[in-house]
Amino acid sequence: MASAPAFEYAPAPESRSVVDIAPSYGLFIDGEFTDATGGKVFKTVSPSTEEVLSEVAEASAEDVDRAVKAARKAFEKWSALPGAERAKYLFRIARIIQERSRELAVLETLDNGKPIKETRDADLPLVAAHFFYYAGWADKLGHAGFGAEPRPLGVAGQVIPWNFPLLMLAWKIAPALATGNTVVLKPAETTPLSALFFADICRQAGLPKGVVNIVTGDGRTGAALVAHPDVNKVAFTGSTAVGKAIARTVAGTRKKLTLELGGKGANIVFDDAPIDQAVEGIVNGIFFNQGQVCCAGSRLLVQESVQDELLDALKRRLSTLRLGDPLDKNTDIGAINSAEQLARITALADAGEAEGAERWSPACELPGAGYWFAPTLFTNVTQAHTIAREEIFGPVLSVLSFRTPDEAVAKANNTQYGLSAGIWSEKGSRILAVASKLRAGVVWSNTFNKFDPTSPFGGYKESGFGREGGRHGLEAYLDV
Amino acid sequence: MPTTAPPAHALADVTASDSTLRRFLHGLPGVDAVGLEARAASLGTRSIKTTAKAYAIDLAISMVDLTTLEGADTPGKVRALGAKAVHPDPTDRTAPTTAAVCVYPDMVAVAKEAVAGSGVKVASVATAFPAGRAALDVKLADVRDAVAAGADEIDMVIDRGAFLAGKYLKVYDEIVAVKEACGTSARLKVIFETGELSTYDNIRRASWLGMIAGADFIKTSTGKVAVNATPANTLLMLEAVRDFRAQTGIQVGVKPAGGIRTTKDAIKFLVLVNETAGQDWLDNHWFRFGASSLLNDLLMQRQKLATGRYSGPDYVTVD
Repeated sequence: MASAPAFEYAPAPESRSVVDIAPSYGLFIDGEFTDATGGKVFKTVSPSTEEVLSEVAEASAEDVDRAVKAARKAFEKWSALPGAERAKYLFRIARIIQERSRELAVLETLDNGKPIKETRDADLPLVAAHFFYYAGWADKLGHAGFGAEPRPLGVAGQVIPWNFPLLMLAWKIAPALATGNTVVLKPAETTPLSALFFADICRQAGLPKGVVNIVTGDGRTGAALVAHPDVNKVAFTGSTAVGKAIARTVAGTRKKLTLELGGKGANIVFDDAPIDQAVEGIVNGIFFNQGQVCCAGSRLLVQESVQDELLDALKRRLSTLRLGDPLDKNTDIGAINSAEQLARITALADAGEAEGAERWSPACELPGAGYWFAPTLFTNVTQAHTIAREEIFGPVLSVLSFRTPDEAVAKANNTQYGLSAGIWSEKGSRILAVASKLRAGVVWSNTFNKFDPTSPFGGYKESGFGREGGRHGLEAYLDV
Repeated sequence: MPTTAPPAHALADVTASDSTLRRFLHGLPGVDAVGLEARAASLGTRSIKTTAKAYAIDLAISMVDLTTLEGADTPGKVRALGAKAVHPDPTDRTAPTTAAVCVYPDMVAVAKEAVAGSGVKVASVATAFPAGRAALDVKLADVRDAVAAGADEIDMVIDRGAFLAGKYLKVYDEIVAVKEACGTSARLKVIFETGELSTYDNIRRASWLGMIAGADFIKTSTGKVAVNATPANTLLMLEAVRDFRAQTGIQVGVKPAGGIRTTKDAIKFLVLVNETAGQDWLDNHWFRFGASSLLNDLLMQRQKLATGRYSGPDYVTVD
């Protein structure tokens, strides 16, 4: 009866021709693209093929100083604009992002390695939504609960990671501009392109010169930016180690600081969970963006009474994941962002195996070129294992079990992080009781990795402090 | 009403009493509606092109239960439908036949003659279709008539009133009785009328109830109410047949019916089958589309793939 040939999906690649990547890019300072002083450049590659996409200027401390000066100069007029006028620019930017969303989605997929399905259906819609949302706040700041006329801080120095390049830019720039600040933003070294395209969007929107400045470079550029004496506000999203270094740099200055750092999110599945949807949530929690998500549900805590059933279902589901060309519309799992990150994931997964956890991956062929890691599941993991404690930032799920709700809460909270958690149960009272005991900035119930600009996001403990998104996200950019 | 001897499988004992059956059905994992619909929508974004599309179109044609269920049906109309099932595209004899024609019981003999020798099955709705509001004797007589006239498949409706009132054993007994009336020659499709069951939890329970009672197919709907087959309710039923086989070893088919009109929609359903129940269900013995207008759209898309041009509604037959 199963004589029919298999239903193989033919390649369905999104066209690259919608995006025109220049062979080189300068820094975006005071409304113009300019070379770095000293003319240093670095290459950015496509992680799925290792093809060089473009050459990008590497900003020195001197360039950072130019950018901060431009932002300082622009601040006076920008902050004095009525909120409704600033809102017009933000609305315009949001509309342009929507209009150019296909181009930006392809660009982001090329530079980052994540599947087009995600950039098209998650990243870009959220980017536009974030600008729309904060555009709406710009003329209502007096009603946000921070006093009648809350003042902006000045120049914001913002450093963002490579996992959601354009989305993290939106999370940083939209609230900063809405509240009347000007910004100098440094995108990640491995994913500078979408920020440079955003610079072009700022020009297209007629944004006054100097309000948004983009300086590309590596960690040294970021360090120069956060250490610059004329920066009033530092916002960083990235690793906990760098976050700590930034906190030390900023300590003793008058700079206001928000940090959004690592995580080791617990996804807790109770025996009364909607199992099929829980499986989807687990997959979305740890394999979305190849697990390179700070709020990933990287620890699965499953009640022992449904463990076998759930793991069978999960393994069956993982076998249907499609790994490959990120530009193919049917690809579920794309490339790891860099060789460096791949090495880190590989080392941690090997440590998991060496410490006695049981490793499993679905049969899946990895492409020859580029940086790839198969979706991986570890069972027989305990709290003492490295892979249960350290953030892997890759498609690696550690499965632990529990017997009672108290044990689930204790294990979920037993981490140095506290960014996200998930609860799966059909029983409302259980969800509410457990959620109130979890020390995590975001607790999802019967879903995972759902984002919305109206909802604040941020961490406890070593996951950082400050909130981005929602009304709460305004506070980080206001003098309150 | 005496309980008929249940079919022998691993779950047979859950029907020992109304309360054991109720406990079993209510002990099935709940369904999170938002998550289910999100999963169905996400599978709907699969991009099926070129060779995959050609495969899917032919597969879909071969899975159509070409249906006419109107008060105005005549022998002439049914013969025309039968001819179309056998040769869906008169200009291209490589087009596969449909799986079956689906008619009311009094048209079974006519349909049988129209498709004779072609391999196309004749399915008949029965059991006081579509409402199911008749005495069991009447329903069984309806089934026996259709089977006697040569129906290869019987599409029955469950008693939704009894189901919603929680009388699961009554629904179960009816299905078992109808299955018995089908004898060994006719396969039984059990229609839940998912639009009337209303919740996904109910659809999951009805699916298991139908399968435990011996359904060969579980089917979404009659096509006669506002909400018929949807990607989400079909996905849910595909999960049910997958899990039922894992537990009992018995494979059960799925038939979404009503509201599937375009090739694009049909392909989305095939993707659901492929990525939920799996390859074993990608065959018209295990998956069907209850549809009438869908076939012409499939044929037009098939012609487009073959010739590179859209033909138009005058290049497929209207019956």
